[in-house]
Amino acid sequence: MTKDNQVLEDITSKEYEHGWATDLEADESPKGLSEDTVRFISSRKQEPEWLLEWRLKAYRNWLKMTEPKWPNVKYPKINYQDIIYYSAPKKKTGPSSLDEVDPELIKTFEKLGISLTEQKRLSGIAVDAVIDSVSVATTFKEKLGELGIIFCSFSEAVREHPELIKKYLGSVVPMNDNYFAALNSAVFSDGSFCYIPKGVRCPMELSTYFRINAANTGQFERTLIVAEEGSYVSYLEGCTAPMRDENQLHAAVVELYAMKDAEIKYSTVQNWYPGDKNGKGGIYNFVTKRGLCAGDHSKISWTQVETGSAITWKYPSCVLKGDYSMGEFYSVAVTNNYQQADTGTKMTHIGKNTRSRIVSKGISAGKSQNSYRGQVHIMKRATNSRNFSQCDSLLMGDQCGAHTFPYIDVENNTAKVEHEATTSKIGEDQIFYCLQRGIDEEAAVALIVNGYAKEVLNQLPMEFAVEAQKLLALTLEGSVG
Amino acid sequence: MLTVKNLRAKIGEKQILNGIDLQVNAGEVHAIMGPNGSGKSTLASVLAGREDYEVTEGNVQFLGKDLLELEPDKRACEGIFLAFQYPVEIPGVSTVNFMKTALNKIREYRGMSPLDAVAFLQLMKEKMKLVEIDQSLLSRSLNEGFSGGEKKRNEIFQMAMLEPKLAILDETDSGLDIDALRIVANGVNKLRSKNNATILVTHYQRLLEYIVPDFVHVLYKGRIVKSGGKELALELEAKGYDWIKNELAIA
Ligand SMILES: Nc1ncnc2c1ncn2[C@@H]1O[C@H](COP(=O)(O)OP(=O)(O)OP(=O)(O)O)[C@@H](O)[C@H]1O
Ligand SMILES: [Mg+2]
Repeated sequence: MTKDNQVLEDITSKEYEHGWATDLEADESPKGLSEDTVRFISSRKQEPEWLLEWRLKAYRNWLKMTEPKWPNVKYPKINYQDIIYYSAPKKKTGPSSLDEVDPELIKTFEKLGISLTEQKRLSGIAVDAVIDSVSVATTFKEKLGELGIIFCSFSEAVREHPELIKKYLGSVVPMNDNYFAALNSAVFSDGSFCYIPKGVRCPMELSTYFRINAANTGQFERTLIVAEEGSYVSYLEGCTAPMRDENQLHAAVVELYAMKDAEIKYSTVQNWYPGDKNGKGGIYNFVTKRGLCAGDHSKISWTQVETGSAITWKYPSCVLKGDYSMGEFYSVAVTNNYQQADTGTKMTHIGKNTRSRIVSKGISAGKSQNSYRGQVHIMKRATNSRNFSQCDSLLMGDQCGAHTFPYIDVENNTAKVEHEATTSKIGEDQIFYCLQRGIDEEAAVALIVNGYAKEVLNQLPMEFAVEAQKLLALTLEGSVG
Repeated sequence: MLTVKNLRAKIGEKQILNGIDLQVNAGEVHAIMGPNGSGKSTLASVLAGREDYEVTEGNVQFLGKDLLELEPDKRACEGIFLAFQYPVEIPGVSTVNFMKTALNKIREYRGMSPLDAVAFLQLMKEKMKLVEIDQSLLSRSLNEGFSGGEKKRNEIFQMAMLEPKLAILDETDSGLDIDALRIVANGVNKLRSKNNATILVTHYQRLLEYIVPDFVHVLYKGRIVKSGGKELALELEAKGYDWIKNELAIA
């Protein structure tokens, strides 16, 4: 064993930082999935009849569907009857201030480094924290309210703004879009809703921290962001989860809807429990994220830094319907130990003069498998459309794998599609160069990896970028071979 | 400062250094010359701690410490600096960022607090002047797309920033135009003091006109076969290495 491999072994054995569980008295549905489960959830949430019907329809669709087999990931068969689909911290009515929030929960936030109080307020972030299935605290609502911006939990939106939910729910990701989206549509627990009125520029980053908590509970969030004509919003999603022995299923749906001249920037730093160094445990992350550039000159930009989860199946996509609309996808996906990621994007060009840009940086270490899967589809009507894709893979050690699956489908001959791909290895020469300047091996890897991922990290809002950099370093410390 | 005794090293099965003896004192400049493949870069790498090389015999003392026992980054922190013959590229990492990381790691090792942004910038400005290097170069990805000369000058800039006790310059003069050579040499001369020492690996007498060495050593087949003053370099230039080889053959 070379010394580098030794260091790799030593440091990748560093345990997951956020691995702990909070004891919150949970109010749970019985295990298993049936129409009764769907009704249980809907009634717990005191939902209107139409939403129950919508869920049931999704459930019936799901029953007829099968799990996708095409992703380049392997996992044991999921027993959908062995999952608890609803769990909520016990609380009769929603708290109006932090004082009313369960102190255990506050501690949870603190361990996560989320402060709902001054720090975040001063840095201008409104935090809508989701623990398990019920949103328990929302800050800054009033300030946003003055601008007509709605930022609240999904359940609240169902109660307070049913007309908006009814109009946009499923409008970008139909309930039967795919197996996991159908599942989510049937049993989604909570999530976030965000509405930016015409001409309004949201003055702060909207931020949500998700967290999976009660044991053996799948989490099914639903996020919906609607940006009216000429509006702008930047939305941050950050995730972390406690350590578990059983695999936890996670199937979220995110829908973005951008009208004419509107812009939505959606950033994610995903740090769910990846399983231990032997590949035991970890989150299964099957997410459907899609944005619709409905209006002319609209823009949707996805930025993701993916370091967690045992299995990631995720393709934040853009449907470029409006003329001159633009879609972007910036991604850093890191896998270590036995993690598997199959992630990428789909850019569907429908309107004329539409543009898309894909920058994907995969980093694989340990015995992990990292796949980029991207589709660029230029439809008949999309004259003068452009796509540029850059897919890079960085390998650390010789036991991991990197794979690229680009699909390009062009139906209009005025379109220009460019695809570039590279694969590289962190060189011993690079490491030695750093060592010779006094930089230790861990710091050297962090430096090199952050340099490699810079184009993507630069897309993140400042404070998030710093967090993401630390996370990358933490995930990969010593993973040189 | 540096005492090398009977140093032997190999890579794989290939023995490259065959018993090097070298004494470098504070304030001195040593030039090491020798034909291609004689082991000059190998010696530099072994001193810097490159792991590909296996030291089979001998020992090296640096400022009272057993150098060979130290990890490469610790050697750097102790004050050894190697200006590489072929500096590597690190995409996405600027020289500025790289130097900030390095400097603060070294300071940490020495129990000093990290330099704040203002102090760092000030130091950088000062050193930039010394080696006449442009800020724009330092903001670009380290060595990426740099010309050969720019890479070498950047190495000297880094040396100026880190203020090593022992600097080993491996063919830093190769690939420099006349002006750049003078600038680099000036930089090295300005950094010279009675507390530090320099080992210059070079093929050319020309560099030694600018940086006057106290000693010149000829490395041949992994051994120092001849040492002398600065006039030895002139003699080599005039007579070539065959002269040494013949002398050895006779002996
Ligand atoms: N990784 C390696 N594997 C095999 N042989 C090597 C390796 N590195 C160096 N050598 C050999 O060791 C010998 C000495 O190389 P070194 O680079 O030290 O020479 P040098 O004196 O610096 O030459 P130059 O003047 O060309 O820079 C050469 O024969 C070289 O081919
Ligand atoms: Mg050499």
